[in-house]
Amino acid sequence: MDGNYINALLGILLSAVLTENYILVKFYGICPFMGVSKKIDTALGMGMAVTFVMALASAATWAVNLLLVALELEYMQTVAFILVIASIVQVVEMFLKKSVPALYKALGVFLPLITTNCAVLGVALVNVQEGYDFLQSVINGAAGGIGFTVAIVLFASIRERVDKTDCPPIFKGIPITLISAGLLALAFMGFSGLKIF
Amino acid sequence: MVEILIAIGILGGLGLIFGLVLAAASKVFYVQTDPRLEKLTEALPGANCGGCGYAGCAGYAEAVLKGEASIGACASGGTECALAMGEIMGVKVTDVARKVALVRCSGYRGVDAEGKEKGAKMKGEYEGFADCLAASKVGGNGPLACKFGCLGFGNCIKACQHDAIHIVDGVAKVDTEKCVGCMACAAECPRNLIVPVDYDKHTVIACNSHAKGAVTVRGCTQGCIGCGICIKICPHDAIRVENNLATIDYSLCTSCGLCAAVCPKKLIASPIDTPEEVLAIVKAHMKK
Repeated sequence: MDGNYINALLGILLSAVLTENYILVKFYGICPFMGVSKKIDTALGMGMAVTFVMALASAATWAVNLLLVALELEYMQTVAFILVIASIVQVVEMFLKKSVPALYKALGVFLPLITTNCAVLGVALVNVQEGYDFLQSVINGAAGGIGFTVAIVLFASIRERVDKTDCPPIFKGIPITLISAGLLALAFMGFSGLKIF
Repeated sequence: MVEILIAIGILGGLGLIFGLVLAAASKVFYVQTDPRLEKLTEALPGANCGGCGYAGCAGYAEAVLKGEASIGACASGGTECALAMGEIMGVKVTDVARKVALVRCSGYRGVDAEGKEKGAKMKGEYEGFADCLAASKVGGNGPLACKFGCLGFGNCIKACQHDAIHIVDGVAKVDTEKCVGCMACAAECPRNLIVPVDYDKHTVIACNSHAKGAVTVRGCTQGCIGCGICIKICPHDAIRVENNLATIDYSLCTSCGLCAAVCPKKLIASPIDTPEEVLAIVKAHMKK
């Protein structure tokens, strides 16, 4: 492994977390971002579950993609990836329930939610588009999950504060939530000029 | 044509493989669960109020199954729920006393019969977060002149899942008919004002001021000054004054309501209105 390769890995890592954040820059996975961000605790749990699944899904879809490329079936990527991700989440859930009950208790509620999360599918498709190899794919997946965690935990802490403020009645609830999400996304735009290596 | 068949074959094959893997996994990773667990969870009200001390109804059901928790700790479900759970577990359950929450503050702000302002006095106007905990940290124990009283920003209302607690004239008040006694509100109160009492015995000293009488009077027209008239009238010797505050020993109290009738500050809440004649007899007896 030469220096350039490691630099490329670091570049993937940082861009997935900050400059190309899957939620706040690419706007994938907005559903859990809005739905599970009322409390910091649950947001952190969701973020960890997503990180876990994204890394696993990146590895599995990389293997399936090899098969699809060999058979010249690239146009079936989206369908095949959905199938792979859904089954992986199911198997992982069963495995955790039996073998690591503590982890299952922490992540269990969130795992079914992730099955159809478009951020996970998005990561898998980005891996293919960018032509990442196995290690790069897994790192992109894990870093995408970390970026998701950062975004959702930041957003949950903002929402906890906003809940307590004296907000004008017409903005109460969803409107002020969407406005704060927009402002957070604007803040992340500040990273877009960041050049890594 | 062949391409389509290949695509169908590959995707169908993938689906079949994953299906088989899932089927195998569900056998390999099968976790045996006690059928009673599901029944217990069904018997519980599903309010997830946390009043039993466990994380939600499922957590309590599990604890009961393991024998860690006793049946009848569910305040929301009450006697009916305890009986159902007893049947599932094969245990005989006697009646469970219904508990309700009560707020130990009487500082309702308003005007009395003579047109004077009554209730808790304010040190100043508070314009910060509408949150009891936030308010209690400002300006030395909050905007109230009484450092024990209800701040009235309704943290308890947000915690209540049964719409049983409301702010009336600046003080939280429990609707004892709606209250199920889960005490979720008590955990939210930064002044620790909310306590559980028996539903049929809810005579309670609705004040929590441990300050000396003179200090209490300066902060609130309705505060307990520890005068001890209730001690003298109580026929069951159930009231004590500790730290300038009257407290009731519920093992002795019969909820006769005499203390509520004689309290000069009218801060003892009682379910019973004592008739005037009875009161007159008791007062005459006390003079002897």
